[in-house]
Amino acid sequence: MNRIDAAAALAPRYDLVVIGAGPAGQSAAITAAALGITTLVVDENLAPGGQIHRGITTTPVTDRAVLGEDYWRGLPIAERFLASGADYAPAAKLFSLLPSGDEPGRHAEIELGVSIAGQARPVFAGQVIVATGAMERPFPIPGWTLPGVLTAGAAQIALKAHGLVPEGRVVLAGTGPLLLLVAAQLRAAGATIAAVLDTTPSANRAGAARHLLDFLRSPYLAKGLALLARARGGPRRIAGVTAMRAEGEDRLRAVTFTAGGGEQRIEADVLLLHQGVVPNTTISNAIGCDHHWDPLQFCWVPKRDSWLASSIEDVAIAGDGGGIAGADCAAESGTLAAIGAAHRLGRIDQATRDAMAAPVRAALEKLGRGRAFLDALYRPAEGFRIPAGNDTIICRCEEITAGQVRDAVAGGATGPNQLKAFLRCGMGPCQGRLCNLTVTEIVAAERGISPEQAGTYRLRPPFKPVTVAEIASLPQTNAAVKAVVRY
Amino acid sequence: MFRRLPDHNAETIRFTFDGAPLAARRGDTVAAALLANGIATCRATPAKGTARGPYCLMGVCFECLVTIDGTGNRQGCLVALEEGMRIETQAGARRAVAP
Repeated sequence: MNRIDAAAALAPRYDLVVIGAGPAGQSAAITAAALGITTLVVDENLAPGGQIHRGITTTPVTDRAVLGEDYWRGLPIAERFLASGADYAPAAKLFSLLPSGDEPGRHAEIELGVSIAGQARPVFAGQVIVATGAMERPFPIPGWTLPGVLTAGAAQIALKAHGLVPEGRVVLAGTGPLLLLVAAQLRAAGATIAAVLDTTPSANRAGAARHLLDFLRSPYLAKGLALLARARGGPRRIAGVTAMRAEGEDRLRAVTFTAGGGEQRIEADVLLLHQGVVPNTTISNAIGCDHHWDPLQFCWVPKRDSWLASSIEDVAIAGDGGGIAGADCAAESGTLAAIGAAHRLGRIDQATRDAMAAPVRAALEKLGRGRAFLDALYRPAEGFRIPAGNDTIICRCEEITAGQVRDAVAGGATGPNQLKAFLRCGMGPCQGRLCNLTVTEIVAAERGISPEQAGTYRLRPPFKPVTVAEIASLPQTNAAVKAVVRY
Repeated sequence: MFRRLPDHNAETIRFTFDGAPLAARRGDTVAAALLANGIATCRATPAKGTARGPYCLMGVCFECLVTIDGTGNRQGCLVALEEGMRIETQAGARRAVAP
């Protein structure tokens, strides 16, 4: 691995650029570099691992029991990645990705805009693998913007990467395996967990039952049992939570919720929210990949072929960014995407490609078993996806409420893109990352159409804020300078 | 708001937040360093001026935007803390020219 800490050290062209250094991105780079493909991994984090294995090579949490064996499974991946021949640019910002070339209907290369330490450079690639992973589903409840309210994943990142544990009275709320895992990890690290508020709808059990047999034969069974054993004797768990709000003026003071027919209130210093993860589709959306709405997981998923190639030529999508399947599947899918890219680059013939892919496909088939059970069991409740109350903020950046969105739809806004013009929702710094799913579902519900018909925001580069100085640092061709400079 | 595990022994890094001298550890991001110093709020929104603090710590929510060494709109959770960094609260909208 050749570590790149300055934009000037980037090669002008790579056969393959991988975006993201989680299990999928690292695995793609390992496979590609071993085939002699010049590979660059661009990642915005400071060290490899993505979020699931965040800080795997640098974590100050040395007691392996605290984070658990599933976390440490990321270490051999990172070691193989760091020993590979790939170029690796950590703390790098990818702000654009465009097909480039003169031939009509067929672009020659893909041009990426990369900025490192304030200096930007264009990088050309024959193939791109987007491995930008998952993000936590938005959890719009009254008060979720108060300081002191974070995602459960944020607390997990603070622990993994920095050895930080939330102080005072900690309340976890929501649904899904990660919520239970974070509760167990924080408890092992010495946090005081006042309560776990479980929002899992009880009706989910019936829906999950038909997938039970697959689950019992899957690797998830052992993981689930281990997690339940870790959770035993743990903090107070309150099931059947149907409404919830975070209270406080300038910061969180208490959590009020409805369970068992009555309203309860718990004083809290930190509230950690989580109701599952969804693909982070920012880049796939912004470069124009086709997506479909997943009606079971309530999220957008990019369309891919059997080699994980997207609808945009020479761009594949590996890992959870292409559909939630977990870290082990992500690593396998990164390998698969790299095999596909190697063939498209002309480095391996079709027979070699298919032979290399066969064991990977078998592993994916085995690892994916049991997932449907978990998805059905932990389906997030409608009331926590589509706020019933009109006062709940859904666009955190521009502070737009569910009621404002409903009023705008009643006033003629047909979908998320018109809502930008009506309300500015989705136009703040996060560019809709934290509200696009909620807005799509509200529009669909108000208009009586499907989320697929309601659509989503049309995103555009830059994917991340760039300064004028960064743009100005891009090398200019003589022709480009002559086009704007007067002599 | 967050405390450090006792066996953490990385090098100490000094920085300022709104002028106040603070310390954190090598390997911290700016957002982690603020949380470890009990700072829950790092900006006021441009829309209504309400208090916000780090929410996702993974670069998607943009709530931990701060001014670092004079440059605004930096994502605190993605920037490695460096010795002597001058970190400031972002109040309201950014200005094109520093006052």
